[in-house]
Amino acid sequence: MFYRETGQFKTSYSADEAIFPIRQDFVGFWIIMAIAFVGIPLIANEYYFTAILVPFLISGLAALGLNILTGYAGQLSLGSAAFMSVGAFSAWNFITRIPEMPFLISFILSGVIAAAVGIFFGIPSLRIKGFYLAVATLAAQFFIEWIFTHVGWFYNYDPSGSITTPPLTLFGFELISPMSRYYVTLTIVTVMALLAKNMMRCSVGRDFMAVRDMDIAAEVIGIPMLKTKLLAFAISSFYLGIAGALWAFTYLGNVEPAAFDIAMSLRILFMIIIGGVGTILGSFIGAAFIMLLPIFLNLGAHALFGDLISQQLLVVSELMVFGGLIIFFLIIEPHGMARLWQIVKEKIRMWPFPY
Amino acid sequence: MAFFMEVLIAGLLAGVMYSLVALGFVLIFKASGVLNYAQGTMALFAALSFVSFMEMGVNFWIALVITAIIMIILAFVVERVVLRPLVNQPLITLFMATIGLSFFLEGFAQALWGSQVHRLELGISDDPIFIGDIMVSQFDIFAGVTAAAMVGGLAFFFNKTKMGRALRAVADDHQAALSIGIPLRHIWVLVWVVAGFVAIVAGLLWGSRLGVQFALALIILKAFPVLILGGFESIPGAIVGGLIIGSSEKLAEVYLGPYVGGGIENFFPYMLALVFLLFRPYGLFGEVHIERV
Amino acid sequence: MAEIEIQTAAAPAGRARQIGDIILEVEDITLTFGGLTAIDNVSFNVREHEIFSIIGPNGAGKSSMLNVINGVYHPQKGQITFNGKTRKQMKAHHSAAEGIARTFQNIALFKGMTVLDNVMTGRNKMMKSNFLTQAIYWGKGRREEMEHRRKVEDVIDFLEIQSIRKTPVGRLPYGLQKRVELARALAAEPKLLLLDEPMAGMNVEEKEDMCRFVLDINDEYGTTIILIEHDMGVVMDLSDRVVVLNYGGKITDGTPDEVCNNQAVIDAYLGVTE
Repeated sequence: MFYRETGQFKTSYSADEAIFPIRQDFVGFWIIMAIAFVGIPLIANEYYFTAILVPFLISGLAALGLNILTGYAGQLSLGSAAFMSVGAFSAWNFITRIPEMPFLISFILSGVIAAAVGIFFGIPSLRIKGFYLAVATLAAQFFIEWIFTHVGWFYNYDPSGSITTPPLTLFGFELISPMSRYYVTLTIVTVMALLAKNMMRCSVGRDFMAVRDMDIAAEVIGIPMLKTKLLAFAISSFYLGIAGALWAFTYLGNVEPAAFDIAMSLRILFMIIIGGVGTILGSFIGAAFIMLLPIFLNLGAHALFGDLISQQLLVVSELMVFGGLIIFFLIIEPHGMARLWQIVKEKIRMWPFPY
Repeated sequence: MAFFMEVLIAGLLAGVMYSLVALGFVLIFKASGVLNYAQGTMALFAALSFVSFMEMGVNFWIALVITAIIMIILAFVVERVVLRPLVNQPLITLFMATIGLSFFLEGFAQALWGSQVHRLELGISDDPIFIGDIMVSQFDIFAGVTAAAMVGGLAFFFNKTKMGRALRAVADDHQAALSIGIPLRHIWVLVWVVAGFVAIVAGLLWGSRLGVQFALALIILKAFPVLILGGFESIPGAIVGGLIIGSSEKLAEVYLGPYVGGGIENFFPYMLALVFLLFRPYGLFGEVHIERV
Repeated sequence: MAEIEIQTAAAPAGRARQIGDIILEVEDITLTFGGLTAIDNVSFNVREHEIFSIIGPNGAGKSSMLNVINGVYHPQKGQITFNGKTRKQMKAHHSAAEGIARTFQNIALFKGMTVLDNVMTGRNKMMKSNFLTQAIYWGKGRREEMEHRRKVEDVIDFLEIQSIRKTPVGRLPYGLQKRVELARALAAEPKLLLLDEPMAGMNVEEKEDMCRFVLDINDEYGTTIILIEHDMGVVMDLSDRVVVLNYGGKITDGTPDEVCNNQAVIDAYLGVTE
C-alpha cells in the first residue's frame, strides 16, 4: 500500500540509475542512517558498542570485501582473514612507527598494502579456476599467518607475539570511548559501502560480473581477463585490509596473528553465502546473522538450561545448532537473505495481488 | 645420507596418511562434485565413536562393525537432510553446507562422546625397525600397507564394477546419468558410505597417532594441498599427491625450516601445490576440461 | 516462402552498390586440436558492408572459424588481415578492441545480470574512467556512464527490448535471450559482427524477426556481418556471398546462386552415390 512506485516518473537516465530508484527505499535508507548515527548512540550502552555493534560493522565490511571478489567477480577465496591481518599489522606499523601521520592515511596505506598482497596472491587466478583457486587461496591464509608469527619485525619483537594498538587520534583528541570508536567505524564502513555500491553499478562492477558469469564471452566482448581479475583481488583485499585495521584498532585493541585464522576466513565466507552473494546489503545481513547467532544461542541456552548442563556441553551444542542452522538456511534460501528481502519487497509492491 | 632417507621415508609414510583423508574426499567429489569439507570431521566422528565403544569394553571387531553401521546411517542422513534438498544448487552452496555439516558433526561427536582426548591403541607396535641402517616406524609401514590395499580396492571398484561405472557416469553429468536410469540418490548414499569407511580407517590411524581429539577434524587442511596437487577427481592423484606433499614437507621442515624460523609445515604444502598448479591448472591427474563456445 | 518477402521488403535495391573494399582477409588458416584438424587450409575474404555466410554440415569447422577470426582459438598456420592489420595470433579482447563483436551458438549471456547491464557490458571496453572515479560516482565517471546509457538505449529501442530491460536475463525465454545477445554485440558498435547460428531453435516468427534485425543492422549501421546458419532459405535470402566448408576444408565460395548450383556442395549435403 505504502510501498508503490506509481507516480514516480524518471525523466533522466541518472535518476533511473540511482542507488534507490524508488523513493520509499531512499527514505528508508536515510532513516537507517539516522538511527545508526543518532538513534543508537542515544540508547546503546558500552556492551552494545564494544561487543555487538563495532564487530558487526567491521565484519560487514570484511564480508563486503569478500563479496566483491567472490560474489561479484566469481573468484572463490578462503583466505580473507589473511588479508585482514595484512591490514591490521600494516596499520599498526604505520601508526606506531610514524605517529605523526593521521590515522586515516595510515589506514588507507594499509589497505593499499593489503591490495598489493592480494594482487600477488591473485595471480594464480589467471590459470586456476573454481575450487582449485579456493584451495590455492589457502596458501595465502597459511603463509601470511606464518609470516606474522615468525618475522619479528612486524610485531616489533614483542615477546607475546601480539600487537597492542594505541588509541587513534583525530584532531588531537584520543578516541578511547566506545562511542567514539563506534563513530569512527560506522563512518568508515558507511563511506566504503557507498563507494563499493558505486563501483559495482558502473563498468567495473559489470566487468566483474561478466567474468563471473561467463569468462570466455567476457573476453570476447573486450574485457581483459588479467586486469579485471587482479583488480577484483586488489579492491577486495583493500576492503579486507581496512576491515582488519579496524578490527585491531577499534574493536579488539590487541591482536595476534592467530586471530585471523582459517576459521575467521570461513566465517566471512558464511556471511556472504547466508547474506547473499553479489549484493552489498547481503554482506551486512550475513554479518549480522553470523555475529549475532552465537550471542543469541548463548543467551538462549543459558535461559533455557541455565546451570542444568555443563559449560562444555553448552559450547558443543551451540556448535551443533550453528552448523544445523547454516544448512537450514542454505536449504530454504540458497541465494541468501538479501534475496528473501527482495522477494518480500516485490510482494509488498504487488499487494494485495499475488502476482 | 641415511638421515636423509629416514626423513624421506617418514615423509612418504606421513604422506600416505594425508592420502587417506584425500581419498574419501575424491570419492565424494567424483560422484557429486561436492567439495566435502566435513571429511576430516567424519574421520574424527568415526574414531571417537570407535574409541568410545572400545572403552566400554566392546571387542575390537564388534566396535569396528558398529562404527561402520554408524557411518552408513550418517550417509543416509546426509543424503536425505543435506544433499537432496540442495540438488541442482551451485557447488559453492553445497560446499558451504558441508562446512555446516562439519560444525554440526564436530559438536555432535563431542556432545555424544565428550571432548576429552582419548588414547587409541590398535595393537600395532610403534617400535622402529631397521632396514639396513635406516630407521623406520613399524606403525607407519602398517599405515602404508593399509592405504595401499584400500587404494587397490577402490581402483578395482571404480574401474571394473558396474557400480563403479555408474559412479563415473554420475560424476560426468548428473542429468544424463539420471536419464539413463542411474539412481542418483543411491549413488550418493553409496559414495558417502564408502567415504565414511575411508574416514574410519583414516580416523583410526590418525587417532592412534595423535590421540582421538577434535584437532583430528583439521587433518582436512592437510588433505587440501594433496588434492590440488593430484587433481580433485583422481584416486591415483590423491596417492601420488600425498606422497609428494608428505615427503617434501618433511624434507623442507628439516633442511629449510631452521633457516627461516621453523613451522613451515603449515604453509609449505600449499605453496608447493600452488607452484605446481601454475604449470598444471587441474593438478597432476585432474581431468582437463575443454571449454567450448 | 516468408523469408523471401522480408528480404525484398527490407533490402533497398541499391544495397549492392554500397559494398566496399575487402575488410577481412582470411588466408590459409589451419587449426588443429591434438591430432584432429578442425580447419584445413581455408582462405576467403569478406567485403565491407557485406552479409557473408559460412555454411556446411555439422562439424565442418564453422564455429571454429569464427573463434579463429575473433581470437579465441589460435590457428597453427595462416594469417588474418582485418581492417588493414595483419596478424597470426591475437587475444580475444584485442579483437574486440579492433571492432569485432559476436554472438554465440549456445547463448553466452551473463546470467546473473539484467538485460540492461548485459547490453552495457558491450560498451565497457570504451569506458575510460577508472574504478576510483566510478567509486565516487561524480563528475566524469557519472557523465560517461550516462552517455553510454543513452547509446545503449538506442540499441535497446532498435531491437525492441525496452520492456525487459530491467529483467535478469536468466528469466527470459530463449528467443529473447538471443536478441539480448545481439543487442550486447551491437552495443559495441562493431565494424564486423559475427553471428553464430542466431536463429537456431527458433520458430518461424522469431526467425523472421531475427532476419529483419540482421538486415536492418546491416543497412542502418553499415556493419559487415558474418553469419553461420543452417536454414538454407535464410542463408540464400540474406547473404551477399557464401562460403561452404566441409570436414574443415573449403569446398567453394561465391554468390548464393553459384553455391547452390555447385556440384561439390550438393554432394556434401546430399551425399554421393558411388
